[in-house]
Amino acid sequence: MLEQATRRVRGTVNGDPFDEAVDPRLTLADFLREKLRLTGTHLGCEHGVCGACTVIVDGAATRACLMLAVQVDGAAVETVEGLATDGELAPLQQAFKRNHALQCGFCTPGFLMSVTAALREDTVRDEAQAREVLSGNICRCTGYTGLVQSVLDVANGRSDA
Amino acid sequence: MDGPMPEAMIGARLPRREDQRLLTGQGRYLDDLDLPDALAAAFLRSPHAHARITAFDASEALALPGVVAVFSGADLMEIQKPLAPKVQHPQLRDYPRLPMPPEELHYVGEALAVVIAESRYIAEDALELIDVDYEVLPAVGSTAAALRPGGPLVHTGDESNVAVLLTQSAGNAAEALSTAPHTLSEEFFVMRGGGHSMEPRAVAARFEPATGQLTIWDTTQSPHYARQQLSMIYEMAEDDLRVIAPPDVGGGFGPKAQFYGEEVVIPWVAKRLRRAVKWVEDRQENFVSAMMERSQTHQVEVGFDADGRLLAVKDVIEHDQGAYCAGLQVPSITTSTVPGPYKVPNIDIELRACYTNMVPTSSVRGAGRPQAVFVMERMMDRIAAHLGLDPAEVRRRNLIQADEFPYQVGIMFRDGSPLTYDSGNFPALLEGAVERIGYDEARREQVRLREQGRYLGIGLAVYVEGCGLGPYEGAKIRLTNRGRLLVTLAAAGQGQGYETIYAQIAADGLGLDMAYIDVTTGDTARIPFGQGTFASRITATCGPAVFEAAKQMRARLLDTAAVLLGCDVSEVDFDGNHACLGGDREKSVSLQQLAQVANIGKHGITLPRGITAGLETASYFSPERAAYASGAHAALVEVDPETGGITILKYVIGHDCGTVINPLLVDGQVLGGFAHGLGNAMYEEAVYDDEATPQATSYLDYALVSSAEVPPVELFHIHSSSPLNPLGVKGAGEGGTVPPPAAIANAVEDALRPLGARVTRAPVTPARIVDALLAAASVADSVAEKKKVS
Repeated sequence: MLEQATRRVRGTVNGDPFDEAVDPRLTLADFLREKLRLTGTHLGCEHGVCGACTVIVDGAATRACLMLAVQVDGAAVETVEGLATDGELAPLQQAFKRNHALQCGFCTPGFLMSVTAALREDTVRDEAQAREVLSGNICRCTGYTGLVQSVLDVANGRSDA
Repeated sequence: MDGPMPEAMIGARLPRREDQRLLTGQGRYLDDLDLPDALAAAFLRSPHAHARITAFDASEALALPGVVAVFSGADLMEIQKPLAPKVQHPQLRDYPRLPMPPEELHYVGEALAVVIAESRYIAEDALELIDVDYEVLPAVGSTAAALRPGGPLVHTGDESNVAVLLTQSAGNAAEALSTAPHTLSEEFFVMRGGGHSMEPRAVAARFEPATGQLTIWDTTQSPHYARQQLSMIYEMAEDDLRVIAPPDVGGGFGPKAQFYGEEVVIPWVAKRLRRAVKWVEDRQENFVSAMMERSQTHQVEVGFDADGRLLAVKDVIEHDQGAYCAGLQVPSITTSTVPGPYKVPNIDIELRACYTNMVPTSSVRGAGRPQAVFVMERMMDRIAAHLGLDPAEVRRRNLIQADEFPYQVGIMFRDGSPLTYDSGNFPALLEGAVERIGYDEARREQVRLREQGRYLGIGLAVYVEGCGLGPYEGAKIRLTNRGRLLVTLAAAGQGQGYETIYAQIAADGLGLDMAYIDVTTGDTARIPFGQGTFASRITATCGPAVFEAAKQMRARLLDTAAVLLGCDVSEVDFDGNHACLGGDREKSVSLQQLAQVANIGKHGITLPRGITAGLETASYFSPERAAYASGAHAALVEVDPETGGITILKYVIGHDCGTVINPLLVDGQVLGGFAHGLGNAMYEEAVYDDEATPQATSYLDYALVSSAEVPPVELFHIHSSSPLNPLGVKGAGEGGTVPPPAAIANAVEDALRPLGARVTRAPVTPARIVDALLAAASVADSVAEKKKVS
């Protein structure tokens, strides 16, 4: 409520540098969406449960609704906009499409970022582990079948589109 | 030309066109739209379930830097007009639901003021500075309290809390029950809960003083319905109101098909302030102000003979309408869904819809059907248990057979026509589910495990789902000036894949490759008439409209090409994006050339002889009555009687929605619907306390299923084409949601039968299972004995 001085935040998002002045209370999600106009990061619950806002901060999957923009000063942030290379979908994105792992698409960026972070750790071997990786995000449309298959496809190196 | 095209796209398993943008963060949801200088809105909502506003002071809020305006309900009297119930009845005692009531508030979450500010952060700060004095009034927190004589009244000064009493009957149920060899009765309580689209509701608006036009972006499932309501409330011509459902809407599931006060307030405020205004509901608001479906209580009695054949069903339904009647669609669907796939000679259904001081209820995916199916399917199991018969066998004996269509149930459906099942094969669905669940083996395993003190249960549920409701849905197809075919739907999607499905249907009607076809949806400025996406209706209404408009367009394109090629139309067909004479690409005209001649034309120059100007077609399809999809679910579970925990070991779904346009997408609808139904079966509960205060207002208190809760499903389809539309299609959006509460409840009671637990409430939670076990006297003993042993 009190007038608070803005703070300077510098870092990178998807490899591109940013340098912005922000209100200290601005969430990372609103910073990405409103300041940087990266609107792929969505807000589904704003209390850290649904996972739609998940981004990767310095390698870790993070709820952008629960983090403040000032906290990413000096950090490397990755969002859904950074997954495809020159318009070519990453293997996980291709798997989502092939397996109909998205319908309304609102939760999709959060799933993509959560799973991307998890797959880098290379811990998914079976369906139970795939479900575990996905269980931090909520999807109301798909029933998770295509999502589970997509995680398994990528974990097992299947990348046929 | 009416025959199937060489490479039929209808039925093709295609990934979606929508996916590329949604997977790369390029979706265009309402909050993503760039509306320069738009102000943010936040609503002040009632903290009381029933209260009168005695004083309102926003001066401190208005003084906050960045606040542009504050409007209370009393400041906007010109738009305080009732939001009419969607489905009415002459006997409905309707209480006006105002966009933002100026005096009395009737549920926690009802909006009473709106703050408009430079940012949502500031707007929410300002909400806390508004000073409101309330006179708190007694509130009604359940249907039982609402119907209790002498209890508090939902609306001050009313005579009772009853919204409407309705009956549906066939034959003479009272007489049949009095003479039936066997009768059973039970009370069931079925909770449903919210839609919980991952994107909450949102509205944005901008007024153009130069044209007098108000443009409204709305996450609605029904843009044309919203425009019509706004046209009446604002007293503006519909042409001056443009309602756009953005290309991407993050789920609907029913609540977004309704019309809300916020949709009236935001555009009006934008018009008054001459500034774009945007409101995006947050999740906490969504919990208390988006319509939900909540609870029904059923008092059911069935009469049957010694073979388990149904003689009569009587069901008295208490339905929670909430603080206002947003429509009678849900209870009315429940009343007609009770008989289900069974032959019931005598039916008596009584509905008591009542007001409570809770957020109004309306359709949530399944819309009144899960409750009816729960009641009927629970009673089928009870009949089997009573007679010592197998539950599958009792169903077999009562199912309507495949050669009995059209089948008249004897009561009315919500579309205003006699409940008449058009087609289906219920026995095939049941047998398919029974076989795939491994029924006989599971029964043997059940016996074996019981000897070890483990409790396996099998649950079956068969249902019929009225879908594809009228009055109509339409489509326009135009050859654009750049030579592409643009299919324009009034219908707005929320993830169903309209841009893909309707391109498939149009491709077959046109005999053209999908690559030349685009689909656009949900914008009232692009097509004048429409109804909306609800009641699993779009494929069965919009589908035939697109197919017909496409066939007409094919004829128009080929006629035009024949004139230009100087030949008979029978000699012309498409090759790629060219219409060719005798298959010769050298003698052809491109779609772009056709547009050049018939649409663009040459200024002032007479059209070539035989060319009809304007390559555009339109078709509206009005179904004669609803089509009926159907299905059978089978669940194999193990229940832990100590904890009440349920483990789903296997789940089978048999589904029949007639012709399938895209199997990949239909499977997605069914499996997604199942997950929602599983939430209703085991987890989701919109809890309100006795004072009607909501107790579940975050995802910490209200559990949505994750990948850890939803088991793999074995899904099979049968295809009973509907005779009611030229594509033979039926709805697929809700069927998966309808039977899981019944299947799970049946499986749990089946598992615990030796312990005598009776499952009468959904969701079936561990706490309720333990309660049911404790209530069974025999159980208390066995638990005590078991403890002694361990």
